[in-house]
Amino acid sequence: MPDSFKHLILCSVAGLASVLLDAPAQAEGEVNIYSARKEDLIKPLLDDFSKQAGVTVNLVTGKEEALLQRLQSEGANTPADLLLTTDAGRLAAAREAGVLQAVNSDALAARIPAAYRDPDGYWYGLSVRARPIIYAKDRVKPADLSTYEDLADPKWKGKVCVRSSDSVYNQSLVAGMIGHQGEAKTEAWAKGLVANFARPPKGGDRDQIKAVAAGECDVTLANTYYLGGMIVSGDDAEKQAAAKVAVFWPGAKTAGVHVNVSGAGVTANARNRANAIQLLEFMASDAAQRWYAETNNEYPVNPAIAPSATLKAWGEFKADTLNVAKLGELNPAAVRLMDRAGWK
Amino acid sequence: MTDSPDRTALASGPPVAMPPAAKREAIRRRRGRWRHLDRGSLPVIGVAFCLALPVLTVLLTALQPAGPVWRHLADTVLADYVLNSLWLMLGVGAGTLLIGVPAAWLVSLHEFPGRRWFEWALLLPMAVPAYIIAYTYTGLLDYAGPLQSVLREQFHWSRQDYWFPEIRSLPGAVIMLALVLYPYVYLLARAAFLDQSVAVSEVSRTLGAGPWRRFVAVSLPMARPALIAGVSLVQMEALADYGTVQYFGVGTFTTGIFRVWYGMNDAVAAAQLAAQLLLFVFALLVFERVSRRRARFHHAGNRHSRPRRQPLVGRGGALASVACAMPLLFGFVIPAAQLAIWALRTAPRMMDGRFWPLLAHSLLLASGAALLILALALLLGYGLRLRPHPLVRLAVRAAGLGYAVPGTVVAIGVLLPFAAIDRGVDGWARAWFGVSTGLLLSGTVAAVLFAYCARFLPVALQSVEAGLSRIRPSMDDAARALGSSPGGVLGRIHLPMLRGSLWVALLLVFVDVLKELPATLILRPFNFNTLAVRTYELASDERLADSASFALAIVLAGIGPVILLSRAIGRTRTDYDAVP
Repeated sequence: MPDSFKHLILCSVAGLASVLLDAPAQAEGEVNIYSARKEDLIKPLLDDFSKQAGVTVNLVTGKEEALLQRLQSEGANTPADLLLTTDAGRLAAAREAGVLQAVNSDALAARIPAAYRDPDGYWYGLSVRARPIIYAKDRVKPADLSTYEDLADPKWKGKVCVRSSDSVYNQSLVAGMIGHQGEAKTEAWAKGLVANFARPPKGGDRDQIKAVAAGECDVTLANTYYLGGMIVSGDDAEKQAAAKVAVFWPGAKTAGVHVNVSGAGVTANARNRANAIQLLEFMASDAAQRWYAETNNEYPVNPAIAPSATLKAWGEFKADTLNVAKLGELNPAAVRLMDRAGWK
Repeated sequence: MTDSPDRTALASGPPVAMPPAAKREAIRRRRGRWRHLDRGSLPVIGVAFCLALPVLTVLLTALQPAGPVWRHLADTVLADYVLNSLWLMLGVGAGTLLIGVPAAWLVSLHEFPGRRWFEWALLLPMAVPAYIIAYTYTGLLDYAGPLQSVLREQFHWSRQDYWFPEIRSLPGAVIMLALVLYPYVYLLARAAFLDQSVAVSEVSRTLGAGPWRRFVAVSLPMARPALIAGVSLVQMEALADYGTVQYFGVGTFTTGIFRVWYGMNDAVAAAQLAAQLLLFVFALLVFERVSRRRARFHHAGNRHSRPRRQPLVGRGGALASVACAMPLLFGFVIPAAQLAIWALRTAPRMMDGRFWPLLAHSLLLASGAALLILALALLLGYGLRLRPHPLVRLAVRAAGLGYAVPGTVVAIGVLLPFAAIDRGVDGWARAWFGVSTGLLLSGTVAAVLFAYCARFLPVALQSVEAGLSRIRPSMDDAARALGSSPGGVLGRIHLPMLRGSLWVALLLVFVDVLKELPATLILRPFNFNTLAVRTYELASDERLADSASFALAIVLAGIGPVILLSRAIGRTRTDYDAVP
């Protein structure tokens, strides 16, 4: 065998061994998190908690469904103490799958409004994201906008850009509408909306905003934090695009703006239960709430905490009061409905 | 078949009916092959079975009754999934052939300005993850992008005034995937062209065949097994792609699987969709095998020296240079330049001390997995050569299916059996020793490595098998007759002759693992990130500019191996010649 091969093998084996032996401990003074929230948007907060409480925090990030699957298949042996997701529907699904446990904490109940947590304490919302209408300042008068329902009106024909129905944001928006108006009405709305599409759905939320800015369409639906991210983007084109659009809060006279939450629940088999609850309470505290919401341009769940300056500039809105757990329940129906409506 | 007497009487030429005795003999031999499963085949079958476990898990899940989702799918989107997947597969296959084969033919059999340089540079697009190229081109070419904006400003056009090809579409996805996947075809084609005997080329030239005719009638058919192997790899990868088609809004099996699983909460129906995808792949593999059947592509003669490169001068040379520059420009230079522009701006903010562990993890995982997979591929490829029992064949093919399945599906297929093993061991330890062993495999690097093996084995196996098929069986026979053990044949005859193929296998897997995301994401341990994970986390938050530094790091980490790879192929030929 050539020498280069031998060297390669030796190096790799040594390296892998060092990685393998570096297994996560489950000693005391630790808490292990499965997080669907990206590392950048949570790690600094966890570091703060570590410093304050003297508890080591171990983190794995990933997609929520996959993390839930991992939690389920690991069963009683799971090392995870806390499941953190960016979508209330997934938390509700986790509860249903039996991988969460109820936590009764006065501190949490006092700070988090009832619409943003599980009625029995299986999970708690930590930040709120809103999905308003984004419109082109130069072509659309805010007075012409009113509700989500109105976007299906023929006057918007060829003027609506929307992301694919693969996006969980659109799925939960439609699920919310089903919750309020039932399937038949929502399906008729979805068909009307599809008829108004300026182009087949594609791209992410930022792409929709850019399309509005460039004149490909006049209105779109996007989560506020994408617009917030564009305003501070490292890409000048994104900054310029963000300056050409504005936020409209729909539904002042109807159900209100569609909202969803990121949140967390303690796992059923948590070995560090006390630490996990302590971390949850820390994340609901004032300073943490402010940081957690601000780093992603979301709204704090605690109504006493003021949102960031960027968000304040977009004005106040009436949030949908439907319990966010309902969104998860109706999600499959929403996906089927969008398939039927031809929403790609 | 019943031949009427008069037809039998007329049948003078082929097809010749097999005499009954010969037919019986053939059947007996075929049965004999089934019967002679000796113990030596068992390890091979065992290893292959383990590697097929994730896919088998998915198939088992698919056997359960699904909810009402199927009816719904059949009524609405299933036809789209099937058609789009089919077009994607065919389109990417054709695209990679169109780019990869002429390029390989030019650089391996001709001499023109920049040839030496193109020889390795043409491999560079391989280092670019498909979804990254999709993001960068969308940024450049979509309605809001700089190109169309400039056009609109220059000519005072508005939206209805002009037509511009839509990048985020099925053809767009085909082009994106073809641009980063063609190196697989190029690589194998080039090795095959270099390997073709000079005698054949000379004979065809003596017979008056021009360069074009020699390419179409001689080089191409002789390179067929390599081309088909390359294209089937590429097509499997295209079928497994999720990032690009999802971003482009093209509904395929892959996007469907996730939609059903995530959106409709139906894991069983998702597994059934995955099973259908496997059916596609299976058809593909059968086609590949059938096309290779019986044909032998090793050289029978001894005269086998490197063909002289045909010089191309003047316009021909310039054309050749341009033809080779195109795929390089679009597949590498443009996306890498876009990444570099973004990275220059965001790197100061994004790069910190956390970068080095990311790089170290990526490189370690990639090199460890590459060696492991190479060893497994050698074991299976060699087992197949020594003991071509149908059961061995079947097991090895089953182990290769993982490549065409989206990484997430493979990962779930790893998660379930590993957790079951952990539970079993834990229960046993509790019952006998009263201690809990907890999780031994789940959530460790071992699980990640296993997923890589299940997914990338075919990449290495294709290369190893292609290498083995070029070694004349008479060499094995001669060595054995001279008293060498099977292990001795491997060590002293095959390994030195295979060195080029082994390097190719090693480096291909290395680059693939470097880019791999979904299995790493789901299976990795706590506090363990890679470059691909970091890129994904930022890109999926639509922070493309912020993700550029890490994407660029993946590309750069892949370039080194790509250059090594090219040198390895260059050496293949000399090694071959060195062994008389």
